[in-house]
Amino acid sequence: MATTEKYVGQPVLRKEDPELLTGRGRYTDDLSVTGMLWMSVVRSPFAHARIKGVDVSKALEVPGVVAAFAGGDFEWAGPLLMAWPVTDDLKNAPHMPLTTDKARYQGDGVAVVVAESRGAAMDGAEVVDVDYDALPAVTDVEVATEHGAPIVHDDFGTNESYTWSLTNGKVDEVFANAPVVVRERYRIQRQVPNAIEPRAILVEPNAASGHFTMWSSTQIPHVLRTAMALATGIPESKLRIVAPRVGGGFGSKLQVYPEEALALAVAKKLGRPIKWVETRSENYLATHHGRDQLQEMEIAADEDGKILGYRANILANMGAYLRIIAPGTPVLGGFLYCGAYMGEAYHVSITGVYTNTTPVDAYRGAGRPESTQAIERAMDALARRVGKDVVEIRRMNFMPPFTEATQSIGGLMIDSGNYPATLDAALEMFDYEQLRKEQQARRDAGDVRQIGIGFSTYLENCGWGPSKVIGNVLQYAGGGWEAATVRCHPTGKVVVITGATPHGQGGETVYAQVAADELGLKVEDVEVLFGDTDISPNGWDTYGSRGAAVGTPAIAQAAARVREKARKIAAHDLEVPENEVEWKDGAFRLRGAPDVARTIPETAFAAWRAHNLPSGVEPGLEGSAFFDPENLVFPFGAHICAVEVDTETGKVDVLKYVAVDDIGTVLNPMLAEGQVVGGVVQGIAEALFEEAVYDDGGNLVSSTMTTYAIPGAPDVPTIDVGMGSVTPSTTNELGIKGVGETGTIASPPAVLNAVVDALTPLGVTQIDRPATSERVWRAIRDARGGKGGRA
Amino acid sequence: MTNVSVTVNGQSREADVEDRTLLVYYLRENLGLTGTNVGCDTSTCGSCTVLLDGESVKSCTLLAAQAEGREITTIEAMADGDTMHPIQDAFRRNHGLQCGYCTPGMVMAAASYLKENPSPTEEEVREALEGNLCRCTGYQNIVKSILDAAGQMSGASA
Repeated sequence: MATTEKYVGQPVLRKEDPELLTGRGRYTDDLSVTGMLWMSVVRSPFAHARIKGVDVSKALEVPGVVAAFAGGDFEWAGPLLMAWPVTDDLKNAPHMPLTTDKARYQGDGVAVVVAESRGAAMDGAEVVDVDYDALPAVTDVEVATEHGAPIVHDDFGTNESYTWSLTNGKVDEVFANAPVVVRERYRIQRQVPNAIEPRAILVEPNAASGHFTMWSSTQIPHVLRTAMALATGIPESKLRIVAPRVGGGFGSKLQVYPEEALALAVAKKLGRPIKWVETRSENYLATHHGRDQLQEMEIAADEDGKILGYRANILANMGAYLRIIAPGTPVLGGFLYCGAYMGEAYHVSITGVYTNTTPVDAYRGAGRPESTQAIERAMDALARRVGKDVVEIRRMNFMPPFTEATQSIGGLMIDSGNYPATLDAALEMFDYEQLRKEQQARRDAGDVRQIGIGFSTYLENCGWGPSKVIGNVLQYAGGGWEAATVRCHPTGKVVVITGATPHGQGGETVYAQVAADELGLKVEDVEVLFGDTDISPNGWDTYGSRGAAVGTPAIAQAAARVREKARKIAAHDLEVPENEVEWKDGAFRLRGAPDVARTIPETAFAAWRAHNLPSGVEPGLEGSAFFDPENLVFPFGAHICAVEVDTETGKVDVLKYVAVDDIGTVLNPMLAEGQVVGGVVQGIAEALFEEAVYDDGGNLVSSTMTTYAIPGAPDVPTIDVGMGSVTPSTTNELGIKGVGETGTIASPPAVLNAVVDALTPLGVTQIDRPATSERVWRAIRDARGGKGGRA
Repeated sequence: MTNVSVTVNGQSREADVEDRTLLVYYLRENLGLTGTNVGCDTSTCGSCTVLLDGESVKSCTLLAAQAEGREITTIEAMADGDTMHPIQDAFRRNHGLQCGYCTPGMVMAAASYLKENPSPTEEEVREALEGNLCRCTGYQNIVKSILDAAGQMSGASA
């Protein structure tokens, strides 16, 4: 039946929820196949060690163990895919699924054991004898660039993999002549993504046909299929990759992992299904980490605080190997060290550095949280320097509002923007003046608990991405389009097949909303299929806030093709010329007589029977589309945070947090708000709690959920979200900008600026991340000249 | 090997397991109840929370053998046929889940807690969830869902 109900923009309840709420959702570890064996990976306990020998014989004596293999037992068709050589002279050491010469980080895989049970595989892995010759390790990104540092990949003679840079305008001249230059240095500590579902893999081979099915907890089944073909030599046409329910990714499952190649290779060797499930402690070592940069950020300005130029030099820790998009991850922020602000000159230089640490790659926001924290914290430093309010300094430097694509000094063609609008909306929600009064009162009283207010008026680029741009300008190896098929069944039900791979965001729901609106259907009559390369053969999957911004327009386009064909069938059925029918209120209606109508289900039935189709029209009703955007999309917004800092203990509490994000057209406000809140809290955790710490020997000290401080419900505040500012993107017809990463991009500097603001009267102008009680207490003590005590 | 027999979701079940088998793996791999998830190996995340004799427990903190003869409720038994439990329903209406992996543990922890404290404050709910980690939602809508469910449940029994 046709419906005039519109779903886009409505808080439609999620299609995903009933099965997930009742324990019927199937994650990879929930799946079993008859005859399945378990795999366990033997990992180096050393961060850096030469491997003199691997003896698996003792493992083979363990009851239940079926086989064990060292790195040398495999023949690979190629290394694990590294898809983003950002410069022509980038040094990339081919990354094989098991290392054979050296262990380069704690957790580097050296052997696998396969057994009849999970426990037996682990028992076997325990007794594999690896002869290591330990070497000095380097974990710090700056130390790794110094002369005499241990070299991670001997052949290169250096740990520096690449330097990518971008210069717009006369940077040196601007800085040399500027009346004010602010210089800041920030360390962006390493993060462990910690999706609550650890990674899991199940491979089922068909020895007769040579086909392999792999279920994996991955964000990227399509990319993975190609990468696995390249690594294992199994033809892509004989590989089916399925991402069933995936328990969070945050970028950590946007990866081609050694265990995926190993499970395939072992299944091929033994002709039996192979299952591997990561333990959480293993996840800390073997799933890629995020962030880890050292930043030197400079702003040149006039005496009033009007910005003239930006200059940033970044050292980015890559870890021991370059993973799939690792070199490009910091580059995603490389155009954003100017935030949403104007200027005459811009220079960014990013050097990627190898260290003896777990490889670093995309983590929610990928490069943009780093650049945003640099510019937003430097804006506060500039405000302090020229004696301006932090709101005023932002307002006077914003790019003015624009609705057509406009060039930024950072070199981006921004789709649309209205930066003052989100700032105004956030200020109104926050009750700024009142909190400033309260702050002053506590300052005047010398209160132990001081209040600080921090801003982050961010701009980001996402919606990965226009294939031509990411390929030709950014040197990314892959594409950025998305594919969709809309298939109408004869009974009036519709299936949407997408190449995007949602894993918790609610894509199934918003895709159904869009298709239902396009075809005049009820949202419950639309099923969304994804995450199986045999069902959705084409796609680039879900990351970089592309699910809505790139995935949705493909679905709308495919649905439009269905409508084009259905119009011919409807007109023919009504015995009128095509131009006599119009699409209105969810059906094709005769002009002037709207009750004479044909719905999509009616035309689908006619197309299926094919008894009476217009000449030249094929049976069946379905449409497919590939959508390749012309540009990225550019969400922006204003986040304001108030903290209370106990100046005796250093404890920071977030009192109030307001987030106003302009994400263009909002498909489902309930889900968009969920994305913002989740992202903001993840960012607050980054600002205040979480840090992956290595000791001097390269041991990951924070290697479990008990030593790495993921916040719980009592540790985080309620976030007030404002979605009132809507500036449609000009990149896609639906006006969508993307929302998945805005929270983690925006929030860390808002929190850190608030902490510094609270302590400015005490002489504190810099706090390292995360701003733990100890760090804050030390900063206060140092500012007071080594003495603790009251404010 | 040890034979472990328990009452799960109202049914008597038994299986022979290795002595070292944790309750969560017994439920998942021996009894096929995969709704209860495993998120860590340090009893931190709470994804594996079930009810043991009516009270919430992380099912990775005890051996299957320690549950011998006891009564266990898992997420699979919370709904009554097609009718979701008020806590499940509240999670859906308030968007209290995203990837859904921590959700069964959250629902079970909430079910146990609301029996103990049928009309909690927001702060009390946050404290009660301390042992259950979520990476997607920022907890906000989980807390909202549980407060909503508390209202629904007390309304129903009043």
